[in-house]
Amino acid sequence: MEERISLAHGDGGELAHKLIGDVFVRAFGHTEESRFDAALFTVPSEKIAVTTDSFVVKPVFFPGGNIGKLAVAGTVNDIAVSGAVPLYLTAGFIIEEGFKIKDLKEIAETMAAEAEKANVRIIAGDTKVVEKGSIDGIYINTSGVGYVEKNRAVNPDGMEPGDSIIVNGTIGDHGIAILAARGELGIQTELPSDCAALNGLIKNVLSEVDGVRIMRDPTRGGLATTLVEIAEDFQATLEIDDELIPIRQEVQGACDILGYDPLYLANEGKVIFIVKKEREEQVLKILREHELGQNAAVIGRVVNREKGRLQLKTALGTTRRLNRLSGMMLPRIC
Amino acid sequence: MQEILNEFSSPQLSRKLLEKVKESAEKFIEKHGRRPAIMEVCGSHTHALAETGIKKVLKDYVNLISGPGCPVCVTEQKSIDAMIKLADGPDRIICTFGDMVRVPGTEQSLLEAKTAGKDIRIVYSPPDAVKIAEENPDKEVIFLGIGFETTIPILAVALQEALQKNIKNFSMWMTTKLVEPILRTLLDTNATKIDGFLLPGHVSIVLGKNDYQYLAEEYKIPGVIAGFEPVEMLSSIYKLINQFLDGRAEIENDYPAVVSDEGNPVAKQLIAKYFEPVDEAWRGIGIIPKSGMDIRGEFAEFNAKNRFQITVGEPRKTKCRCGEIIRGMVAPEDCPLFGKACTPLKPIGPCMVSAEGTCAAHYQYMRED
Amino acid sequence: MCVGVPAKVIEKYEYSALVDVMGSQITVGIIFVPEVEVGDYVIVHAGQAMSVIDEENAKLSIEEWRRLADAGNSE
Ligand code: SF4
Repeated sequence: MEERISLAHGDGGELAHKLIGDVFVRAFGHTEESRFDAALFTVPSEKIAVTTDSFVVKPVFFPGGNIGKLAVAGTVNDIAVSGAVPLYLTAGFIIEEGFKIKDLKEIAETMAAEAEKANVRIIAGDTKVVEKGSIDGIYINTSGVGYVEKNRAVNPDGMEPGDSIIVNGTIGDHGIAILAARGELGIQTELPSDCAALNGLIKNVLSEVDGVRIMRDPTRGGLATTLVEIAEDFQATLEIDDELIPIRQEVQGACDILGYDPLYLANEGKVIFIVKKEREEQVLKILREHELGQNAAVIGRVVNREKGRLQLKTALGTTRRLNRLSGMMLPRIC
Repeated sequence: MQEILNEFSSPQLSRKLLEKVKESAEKFIEKHGRRPAIMEVCGSHTHALAETGIKKVLKDYVNLISGPGCPVCVTEQKSIDAMIKLADGPDRIICTFGDMVRVPGTEQSLLEAKTAGKDIRIVYSPPDAVKIAEENPDKEVIFLGIGFETTIPILAVALQEALQKNIKNFSMWMTTKLVEPILRTLLDTNATKIDGFLLPGHVSIVLGKNDYQYLAEEYKIPGVIAGFEPVEMLSSIYKLINQFLDGRAEIENDYPAVVSDEGNPVAKQLIAKYFEPVDEAWRGIGIIPKSGMDIRGEFAEFNAKNRFQITVGEPRKTKCRCGEIIRGMVAPEDCPLFGKACTPLKPIGPCMVSAEGTCAAHYQYMRED
Repeated sequence: MCVGVPAKVIEKYEYSALVDVMGSQITVGIIFVPEVEVGDYVIVHAGQAMSVIDEENAKLSIEEWRRLADAGNSE
């Protein structure tokens, strides 16, 4: 019979100990830092970055990743786009009774692999098991710690008219991959999620380019919502050009069928850079040399620092204002 | 073929055609001292014209008036309330299109009902609801069928499937609408000055070009059947203005790759087999005789209106002007609530909900600030 | 009124077909287009193919638009 998680796995007793040993210690290792109830470590800088995020995704496994990869990459990316170097993660698991242990192992292994790739260590964790039906499979929370290197900070206040808006690749891949994996609306596609830790790519840019104003990862709410936030946070009018935004054909196709707008689809391996105009070419070159930046493109500019708004230039040369995603996207017939 | 289709949205071609439209509109303005008034009947045109920026660039050249072609926007509040009320009973699964779930009812929207624990499902295609009924034999599955002539035959397909598979727990609540009666009403009541119609490309797949002859013959109003890509819409607008300039009133098919003269015979047959014309109430207008389709008596068992007793009170009065908007009498900006109390996140009227709704199109794509 | 998308038929079954829209696929009903063949393009609305796109007419339309777009420029 297939081994499954039971409530006893969460009671702190023998079974729980075994589960932690078999699944988590095996995957993440037992590090120097984690010999106490709290992990102890030193950071090589005075300024540190801390973030936390909870991950729920349906389905738990999808083309291009699973909830574990998402939980590592997502938190690593939040630290990296803040201009910091991610070092350590913690991971909290809430697991539904009946969840397959084999699946849990696979998730933990994926997390370990992604952490290794991103050069971070998972140094503390927690597991809770809840009754069947009270959650959907598994939820993961990860927190992350990083440090800010001297002279590597981003400088959003330096943003000025003419600055370039750059994205490291095609948008909407994660949104459509998840939609297809759910199978609810009948959309089928081979497209994998873009889920990936971006700190390596970001490091390459930050270590060579000065003049990076700001970075953000356009996750939920998509490219448009994230740019609206930047525009409002820094009182900047941003303009993106419809014809310049990289979108995969199959993403556009799925959007056409369902009446979705790719600008509002989630991404999990994308980062927006706003950089000084003179650094545009250099940034593009660095991005395109990295496997996660092959389709990098300049998609627009900072127009002014007067009004916090985002506008889209259409193929006909008109501009229109873009707002945040309002409510969830729903497939429409009309 | 894909290359041909790409050409339909070619920016270069669109930009050139745009100049042509402007040129001919200028001639019209010189002659008549006002902009030509064109009603886009179809909500998808409203959406596409706003999204691509055509509405905005042509603003000083052509008066593009949004028409009654958004199915939820033209549905009167009482019918919407009734549909939402259907969710109330026990053991029910309500299936509908994504467009419907955020429409505000007097008490709540379907999305709010879902949050409160009701089983409300969004389906992409009506036959999917039949499948849901098959999989849930102990539940009553009700499909809320809204739509115009393009969607009505698909509702017929769902009914046919339920009939053939002998599925007893499936029914439909239809509030569908037909194009001809509403266009006649708009013209007969002179709701707004219209020089010509941009006719709905996909409705025309079912109807065919010949079904619009009454416009040209009885009303002497030209109409051009248009596709939805920028090049297609611009070409059709251009053709309409040329008709105005020549003083012609003809029905032109500018979407011949998908629309025929006779329409789709199978779709027409299926509609006639399962449905019959009924009087429908339109928002802000009232009842228009034989302006919708509902299930024929023989198939009454599939009609949710027979199956469930739903009573709704008088809807709450709001300042919403959707009723005038769907007739092209006022623009969203004329509504005091537009963009203030009424936004896509907190819509007051259906015109702000549906992606096709005129208020939503103006809010999303045409607001300056 | 109705979102409609051009899609290429890649597999045809008795009452339905698998269609492709630029790499994303979906199964649609084909009751309204009994004549459809694999390789044809159709307009899809709410899960049904409503019309087969006629390639000849599509080409003619484009030629007409091109002529229109360039007309008068040499005047
Ligand atoms: S803005 Fe809102 S309240 Fe006003 S007419 Fe439009 S939908 Fe109705």
